[in-house]
Amino acid sequence: MDSFVPFLISIITGAIGCAVLAYAFVKAGRSALLGGVIGALAGAAAPLIFMLPLNYCTFETERTGLDVAFGILLIAIALVAVILPLRWISLRILGHQTVIARQVTPGAFKGRWTPWLLLAPTLVILILFLYYPSLDTFRLSTLLARLGARRSVFVCVDNFTRLAQDASYLNVIGITFFISIAIVVIGLVLSLAIANLAYLPIKGAAIYRTLLIWPYAISPAVAGIIFLLLFNPTGGLINYALDNLFGVKIGWLNDPTAAPWAVIIASIWKSMGYNILFYIAGLQNVPKDLIEAAAIDGANAWQRFRRIVIPLLSPITFFLIITNMTYAFFDTFATIDYLTGGGPVNATTTMMYNIYEVGIVNNDLGKGAAQSILLFVMVIGLTVLQFRTTGERVTYGA
Amino acid sequence: MASETQTVAQSQAAALGEVRETGLRALIPKRAYAHVLLWLACLIIGFPLFYAILVSTQTNSNVYAYQFYPGTNFADNWAKVMIERGIWRYMVNSVFIAIAVTFGKTLLSLLAGMAFVYFRFPGKWIVFGFVLITLMMPTEILIIALFRFVNDLNWGNTYFALIVPFLASATGSFLFRQHFANIPAELSESAQLDGATPLQFLFRVLVPMSWNTIGALAVIQFVYVWNMYLWPALVIQGQDRQVVQVGLRTLIGGDASLSFGPLMLGAVAASIPPLIVFILLQKQFMSGFALSRDK
Repeated sequence: MDSFVPFLISIITGAIGCAVLAYAFVKAGRSALLGGVIGALAGAAAPLIFMLPLNYCTFETERTGLDVAFGILLIAIALVAVILPLRWISLRILGHQTVIARQVTPGAFKGRWTPWLLLAPTLVILILFLYYPSLDTFRLSTLLARLGARRSVFVCVDNFTRLAQDASYLNVIGITFFISIAIVVIGLVLSLAIANLAYLPIKGAAIYRTLLIWPYAISPAVAGIIFLLLFNPTGGLINYALDNLFGVKIGWLNDPTAAPWAVIIASIWKSMGYNILFYIAGLQNVPKDLIEAAAIDGANAWQRFRRIVIPLLSPITFFLIITNMTYAFFDTFATIDYLTGGGPVNATTTMMYNIYEVGIVNNDLGKGAAQSILLFVMVIGLTVLQFRTTGERVTYGA
Repeated sequence: MASETQTVAQSQAAALGEVRETGLRALIPKRAYAHVLLWLACLIIGFPLFYAILVSTQTNSNVYAYQFYPGTNFADNWAKVMIERGIWRYMVNSVFIAIAVTFGKTLLSLLAGMAFVYFRFPGKWIVFGFVLITLMMPTEILIIALFRFVNDLNWGNTYFALIVPFLASATGSFLFRQHFANIPAELSESAQLDGATPLQFLFRVLVPMSWNTIGALAVIQFVYVWNMYLWPALVIQGQDRQVVQVGLRTLIGGDASLSFGPLMLGAVAASIPPLIVFILLQKQFMSGFALSRDK
């Protein structure tokens, strides 16, 4: 690598930061010079987030074009992550708005150290078992390392760029999204249909609710075991029924096109109770007078449901999409492990299952960590989407 | 003009007709269709577990013959599951770990919620953000690094590895913070006038007012810990400390062919403790999710 590369990068990012903040300051009626200076400094420093630990290795001369592109992507991510919050904070400070709403604390106890003592157990555990492993995952993703081996080799971003060239990994991503989207869409539609009946104030409503919601307490592993019986080629009840009714037999566990559906059906069965619970809560909060007004205006039942109930439920639907996606990404692991073991021919190997196979079974920690980070980025994307879209409207607390 | 009023009147009458059922429809039980469909839904949802219970009393030849009444093999299956394969031991381990984590998590979340609502300290919002942002970090993603760290601590194959990393809860801290913030400040003011310490106030005043939130959180946490699968499979090697979700694997391997009876018995047995917790705390769980509102 030529020694001017770090300077070149920082000059470019500094210029971008300078332009963005100067423009923002001018629009806010403030000094362009001040904004430009702040933006230039922050922009020049931003690439260091990734490039200091990586030592600018993606721009070494023997690297491929893909590595360079990945390095530029990292720098762009760092730049956005630094400049956008900085722009927001500096504009609020200039506008003499408080950055965070000052909260009055009526009835507060006195004591300088007491709050820290109360928080200490939570913070210590979060730092040791969540924050430290998160950072370590990033470090591991740049290494060729094995558990139990003393030495590890720095491999720059190879663990990431090789994923992009690996057709079988793209297949894993495809399977993950296929299974997740099917679980979310089918699961939510069925749950809403059932909740739409169960929220009615009919006789025995409490019993119906209990009988509908209990699978929440069943584990993903047990769901896998029970459906292993139901889907089994010998003695499985589902094929017995299909054979007698329609004369078809489906290779649920050994046909690569059918196996994902076995996982999807078992997962929907297990997670539906949770969805029904939330939809019942949501439907009970739909104002009755709104529905009655629409009925008097001549809207039929379907129109009322389509035009009033579904839009009013959208915050809950969105919350459930996120929780079901997270369920499909992570919790299906146990179902898959019992039901199909990731097979046949990797047809049910999701990203999480692949992390386990690569990182743990094959003991390639670096590759496993890189795949974890990819999944991490997806989860962060989903969570940010959830916060932005639903904000405070979703209340699942008492 | 007249026809317009007529249509409005007609649609109003039609709408009211849906509310007040008259004539022949009054003879049919109210919302019979809802009852029929709900029973159908309950049956379909209940069927897999019901069939698993049935098979847990059967031999493989009963299963292959699609026998829809209980078999006579329950005692043999029980002996194989609980004694020969030692599922009992795994169940005890799981109960212990689930209770320990649920209890510890609730306690730590109560303390954190207390700090966030009843104290003024610099950097409170940063600390709150620091806790809340961990909602985005599922343990599964960190599993490789966490596994290495726990091995460095020499916690491999111990209960510590199954309990300690899960004691802090962003969800719990957040729920209790919300709940405490809705409790009138006069309570803590008068408690302070009476000379109560923060901990006395927490355990004598706040906790008795928070049973619904505590119950809802307890169900969520108990089920979460009870369902853990990949992490215990990684860190626990021996049989003595393994949890039941992983322990059920011993019912699959080891035989020439899969015996469904014992496997289903194990799966059903492993579902009983969380179902008990769910049923006992159902009221709290539902009201924790704001379900109790309707009457």
